[in-house]
This record gives sequence, structure tokens and C-alpha cells, in this order.
Amino acid sequence: MTQKAKMPTKNDTSKPILIHGNQAIVEGALAAGCRFFAGYPITPATEIAESMAVRLPKLDGTFIQMEDEIASLGAVVGASLSGLKAMTATSGPGFSLMQEILGFAYMTEVPCVLVNVMRGGPSTGLPTHPSQADVMQARWGTHGNHTSIVLAVSSVADCFSITVTAFNLAEKFRTPVIILSDEVIAHTRERFIRPAAESLEIINRVKPAVPPEWYIPYEDTVRGVPPMAAFGDGYRYHVTGLVHDMHGFPTENQDEIRAFYKRMGRKISHYAAEIQMVNNFYTDDADITIIAYGSVARSALQATETAREKGFKVGLLQLITLFPFPCRHVENVLHKSKAVIVPEMNFGQISQEVKRVNSRQCPIIRLNRYDGNLITPDEIFEKIHEVL
Amino acid sequence: MTSIKKDRMAERYEIRLSGFGGQGLIFAGIVLAEAIGIYEGKYVTQTQSYGPEARGGKSKAEIVVSDAPILYPKALGVDLLLAMSQNACDTYFSDLKPSGKLIVDSTFVKESPITDTIFIPFTHIARTQIGKTIVANIVALGSICRISNIVSRDSLQKALVGLAPKGTKEVNLKALNAGIKAAAKF
Repeated sequence: MTQKAKMPTKNDTSKPILIHGNQAIVEGALAAGCRFFAGYPITPATEIAESMAVRLPKLDGTFIQMEDEIASLGAVVGASLSGLKAMTATSGPGFSLMQEILGFAYMTEVPCVLVNVMRGGPSTGLPTHPSQADVMQARWGTHGNHTSIVLAVSSVADCFSITVTAFNLAEKFRTPVIILSDEVIAHTRERFIRPAAESLEIINRVKPAVPPEWYIPYEDTVRGVPPMAAFGDGYRYHVTGLVHDMHGFPTENQDEIRAFYKRMGRKISHYAAEIQMVNNFYTDDADITIIAYGSVARSALQATETAREKGFKVGLLQLITLFPFPCRHVENVLHKSKAVIVPEMNFGQISQEVKRVNSRQCPIIRLNRYDGNLITPDEIFEKIHEVL
Repeated sequence: MTSIKKDRMAERYEIRLSGFGGQGLIFAGIVLAEAIGIYEGKYVTQTQSYGPEARGGKSKAEIVVSDAPILYPKALGVDLLLAMSQNACDTYFSDLKPSGKLIVDSTFVKESPITDTIFIPFTHIARTQIGKTIVANIVALGSICRISNIVSRDSLQKALVGLAPKGTKEVNLKALNAGIKAAAKF
């Protein structure tokens, strides 16, 4: 399919609109060029599917409500193999079901974006309440050696721009990219002005520059990312979840197995610095640094502002990229701060990662909430006060 | 997420619309947020909280208004509380600031723990004057507009017309006006 994609019209931009995080993810995806969505409704992610169902047909895209989440991600992988930018969205229970196909997408290096709007779990848990307890599932949910890219959103504006970034990273590195949202961000409506299409950097996957008979589908390249031919473009090749050689056929040759895994890791780890995105707020001279992500980062910034107003040297490191874990940025604040506070809506998942890179024995204080409610700025401020 | 520089720290005004699922409180919240955020150009966050059931459970919608970007998106100290059920009134009155206003639907709320509570029979008005109990939420919005000054009648009307489902414009505007009228004596 090489026809020029229909883009959202200019009339759509420049006027402020009031939308929630789920709608902003759809806007971001469409701006990035997503033209295929397959999904299965689930609170609190349903509005993504709902909005896609309305918007995609008008852009000559395809929306399919599948029979379940396994099939949803399966359809997304198929659409991406045929050349489309594709996405699905779900929440905890559906994310669990998707893990099998997610592994297939890593293995076959199929670019796609998977949104997980976190709610309380395990199982059906707390459908209408926020949580951040799927962080490690996003990293390690599917079995086997794999390198994941996981991004977290904190606002309506983020939901747009980080979704664009997620597609760019997926296309650039030929990998699934996971966006972690949560019930608060999903359903918080904020004023939003859609950036002009010209102002967005959009990356498309590299296609083979050689004729079909010369095409080696899983050939190593400088970046470790092989050019990707679309099904239907005349390039005939094999796609399998088995460890494969550069022609795409299963291999048990240990040199080829090692080379395969090394390339899979290298294509992301060598470019980790450009993938690891954070925001620093007042961290330069901070005695106490809060490390937070997602909706909790909003409370953390408010607590930081309050602390600064009262004359306390507090800073916030907001993680946008959760994986590859932004070690350098975290190490930087661990070196400078007298203590670090990690508030999370789980038992402590990112705090474990922070501890893992803490070579200087900086005290790391957790603040965990798992009662289905967003951590408040007051709770974080109280913790700051305790630590001071 | 943008940092609010100290000089831009502004007062928050927090509104909570509460009742039971099916009363249209979340829709009313969206209309109010759109009126304030889009037509009056202020910063708003609109959030909601509801149970897993489609109808009958507790439901609330919140709108935070500020002149500066809003970080924590939910209410912390409520300036204006609308309670459209006795249960909601009993549960949420304690989140009101001392200076906060409590407006209740006296069709369902018979007792209020706060002395200067404003009693208006929104559902009764919707049923008798409009002929549809379903627009009680919009009647309440009209009264909130009149009592609070947080939003102009004009902005609220524009937002309502823009968001109301096809064919319901007239009945919604009628409900809004009935609410404005009912609040005249407060």
C-alpha cells in the first residue's frame, strides 16, 4: 500500500479543544500516521477504541473490534507487516492476554504501539481506579530475552506528543513500544491545542533499497535494524517466532542464535541515550529529589513547588521513558541529592530500579499507595518534611 | 507538564458535582469545563470518579479552575459542591472549604449538615417544567451559573449547545434557563 495517506485537515488544528488523555492519544497516533487500530473495549481504555472507530474511517484507515485482546494485537502485527502504522489499547487484564503476541512482535521486529491504561489489578481488580502496578509487566511481561521501550504519560499534551514519539521509536527501531497511561490521565480533560502537522517530526520505517531477489529480511546493519518490506510489495520473506537467521528461517546454530540476540539488544541499547527521556524540575541544587512518572508526577511537581516556596531545596526528576531505564539521569540525581523519594501507585516498582543503580548509597524513600486513589501533593510534601 | 513559576501560582477554584450514576453528572462536568476552559479561556481540569456499575452507584465529576496550569487535577478543597443525592451530600460535605457553597437537589436531599445550604428541587423542576427528569443535571448547571459567577451564562449556553446530543438543544437550553430562574432568590 503505497498510496499517500490522508492526513487530518488543517481545520482540525489551532483551535483549543477540551479533551481527555485517551482522546489525545488517538490524536497523537493519527498525527503520527497510524491508520490501523484493532482492539477490544475495556475500562479505562475504551475511549481510545471508541474515538479511533470514529476517526479512522474518515482518514481511509481501518478500525476493527476484535473478539479479544490476543487477536487484537495479532491483527495489529499483521497490519504493520503489511506496511501500516498500527496500534492497540487496553488495560491490565487485556495487557496480560496480549503478552504472548507481544513477544511475537519483539521476536519478529514488528513496529507497533500498545497503550496500557493502568487500573488496579491483578485480574479484574479495580476497573475504574488508577494504578501504576503494570510497570514491571510492561518491561518483563512476555517471556524470554527482550529489550523493551516503555513510555509514561502525565497530561493531555503528553498523551499527544509521547504517542507521536512512540510511533517514531517503533518505526525507527522496528519494535513494539508500550505507552503506560493510567485512569487519571485517561479521563482528565484539559485544554489542548493540536500542534501543526508541519511542526511534528514523523519517522517512517526504512524500506529495502534493493530489488526483491536481493532482499535479506533480517540482515544486520549499522544500526542493527534491518529494512522492512511490506507484505504485498513483492518482497517474499518468512516471519517466525522461532529464533531465525538473517533470511528469516529458524536456526539452531549457536553463532546465529548469539548474533540474533546481540543485534536485538544492540539496536536499542546503543541508542538508549536518545530513547531515555526525562524532565528535570529544580534538580540542579536539590537536596531532596523526587523521582516520579505518570499522573503521580503531577502531584510531585505540585509538592516540589510548595516546598520551594517554603525555601526547601527540593527537585523533581520526571521519568518519561521508564525502559530502557534512564540510569544516567537517575544516577545524576542520586549523586547530587541527600535523599530521593519515589512515590508510586504500587508496592514499589520503579523504586527497585532506582535502588539497582544506586551505587552511592543515597537513601531512597518509597511512598506507595494502592487504594485506587492518586497520591496527593500533600502526601508527598509530608514525606519531604519527614526526610528534611 | 509545565512548572508553575511562583509568580504565576494562582488560586484554584474547585467544583464537585456529585450524585448517583445515571444523573448525568459527568456530562454536566464536561459542559461546565468546556464553558470555562474553551469559552472563557481559563485553565481547567475535569475529572470523574465512578463505580464499575453503569447506573445507581456513586458518581462524581470535578472541575478545577485556575489562571495558571493545573498540576494535581482533582479537587483538594471544594469551593462549590453540588449534591444530587442524600448519599453524596453525606459523603462529600466534609471536603467543602469553610467558605465553600453547598447546593443540593432537594428532590432527594432532605437533610444537610451545613446551615447555609442552598436547597433547589432540580429533579422536580426538570420533571414538572421540562417534562424530562433526565435534564435535572442541566437545571443544576443553570443554578450553579447564577449562584457562583464562575462561568457566564453565555459561555455555558455555547458549551451546552456544542455538546448536547442532536435534537436536544431546545430542551437543554430550556432546562438551563429554568435552573437560572430557580436560583434567582439565592
